[in-house]
Amino acid sequence: MAEYIKDGTIRLSNGASACSYAAAVGKMEGEGPLGQCFDYISQGAELGEKTWEKAESKLQQYAFEIALSKGKLQKQDISVIFAGDLLNQCTGSAYGLRDSDTPFIGLYGACSTMAESLMLASLYADMRLGYYFAAITSSHFCSAERQFRFPINYGGVRPPTAQWTATASGCCITKSADKPPFIKAVTAGKITDMGVKDANNMGAAMAGAAYDSLSRHMENLKRTPDEYDGIFTGDLGQVGTDILHELFEKRGIDISRVHKDCGLMLYDREKQDVHAGGSGCGCSASVLCAHILPQIAEGKLHNVLFAATGALMSTTMSQQGESIPGISHVVEISDTL
Amino acid sequence: MEIFIEYLKAFLVGGFICAIGQVLIDLTKLTPARILVSYVVAGTVLGALGWYQPIIDFAGAGATVPLAGFGSMLAKGMREAIDKDGLLGIFTGGFTACAAGVTAAIVFGLAVALIFKRTDRTRQE
Amino acid sequence: MDISKKEYEQTAKKHAGSSKMYITIPMAFLIGGLICCIGEFFLNMYQQLAGLDFDQASAYTSITLVFLSALFTGFGWYGRIAKHGGAGTLVPITGFANAVVSPALEFKTEGYVLGTGAKMFVIAGPVIVYGIAAAFIYGIIYYIYGFFS
Repeated sequence: MAEYIKDGTIRLSNGASACSYAAAVGKMEGEGPLGQCFDYISQGAELGEKTWEKAESKLQQYAFEIALSKGKLQKQDISVIFAGDLLNQCTGSAYGLRDSDTPFIGLYGACSTMAESLMLASLYADMRLGYYFAAITSSHFCSAERQFRFPINYGGVRPPTAQWTATASGCCITKSADKPPFIKAVTAGKITDMGVKDANNMGAAMAGAAYDSLSRHMENLKRTPDEYDGIFTGDLGQVGTDILHELFEKRGIDISRVHKDCGLMLYDREKQDVHAGGSGCGCSASVLCAHILPQIAEGKLHNVLFAATGALMSTTMSQQGESIPGISHVVEISDTL
Repeated sequence: MEIFIEYLKAFLVGGFICAIGQVLIDLTKLTPARILVSYVVAGTVLGALGWYQPIIDFAGAGATVPLAGFGSMLAKGMREAIDKDGLLGIFTGGFTACAAGVTAAIVFGLAVALIFKRTDRTRQE
Repeated sequence: MDISKKEYEQTAKKHAGSSKMYITIPMAFLIGGLICCIGEFFLNMYQQLAGLDFDQASAYTSITLVFLSALFTGFGWYGRIAKHGGAGTLVPITGFANAVVSPALEFKTEGYVLGTGAKMFVIAGPVIVYGIAAAFIYGIIYYIYGFFS
């Protein structure tokens, strides 16, 4: 049974294993620094579909199917799918997985959804509420752009704090613990609104949430950043990363040595025009499934915090002048139980 | 030489009007839609006061091509319509003045939507 | 949370990098100026070769530029130029055309009526609304003024 520590932090007593994981990405992500690691790289953003929404659904479907086949599983083996994405009504997940014929729990946590779904999938596995559980998220530059910003061919100007929505999807399948990577503890995020109103500066809107969840997780489990060899935040980008470092510095904690941000890892900001870095559910999901989990399995990383961050922004509320609430969930992954 | 100066004037004035827009974007975080609206309204006001015509006389397309020129055209069309039709002109002047540009945008927009496939901007070069 | 909103705001402000204005402004000047020069070229052509007066030539110039912008938008080139041009591609009438054509193309997946038709002015609509409204107010003033002069 999982053990509740306090304030949202849960320690998994049996533990859960991430037994299979896969990432499917777009062309641009494939050309980035992690290009070698992905299981599927699409040649175009369309993926042979007529609409961007269908393309995103397909990307998510691919990630799920590849993760299944890598783990030598059938979809019937999956007890519950936890999935989400950025679009209205979680379009990418609901339509991408509508033929999965598997119990489905749809989630919305904006770009933090991968940590949210992995957290739930791990808890289910820890408590043995089934056999295998899938955590899947996706995002697509074009579908996000047309819903949240402008048509693709509109020549709008992007400020330097803006982030680039990743065309990517990641799927991680969990089961009760047998071999690493092990999920050992989780902390559910709190909605943290630091009063940031600029919808083009998501990094600033989310950094406060990342700070809150990370410090809460370490405090509740009585850990220090030095005990980890990697603290990965979701997609704070350059602006959010700088803010996060400073927030910790103010309390005399230096996390800059172990901290990395998925939004900065996915792209080469010198060569690829992504402004402050990548974002979107698929950004942290693909980095987790293609880079972080394999590194733990190979023993290159030992103790890792994965804190995907999300801006729970509604375009309507943003236009009504409201500030942007942020959230961040933390999952602790390790190579030992 | 004369023709060169004419182009130079169009370039400098047009470039300057656009550069003001960029300053607004960089410093005030105004959204593109707000910038466009500001330009048209500013152009209408300047046109109404008769201050925009001298810029057009000086720079030609350098003044008519930016959206402020569109605004000044609205003011000019309004004046002409009222001179011709009186009260009714208040209701017809604006649309008459901008009819060519707007109709072109609608028709070509429809044509593009019919003919072209959507392009993928994630392919960067 | 042991950090106040005010403290956070100061931290956030410090790290919100600003645009490289020494690049963006000259680029807007250059590209905006060039688009105006293309306009000047057509304006001259229509006046000299077709013998039109300034106003007519100017209207044809607008139509031509709108056409070219629509074509560039269709090929996906306008957005690429705009990435460098900033306000230089936004402020000229070509920017207005791009704002009309890009949603028309983008939303055709939702149908020609509810997609293309309904969303065509989703960005450029305010320009028409406030342009016409401003002209209308001027019209009233001009009309009333006419009685006293």
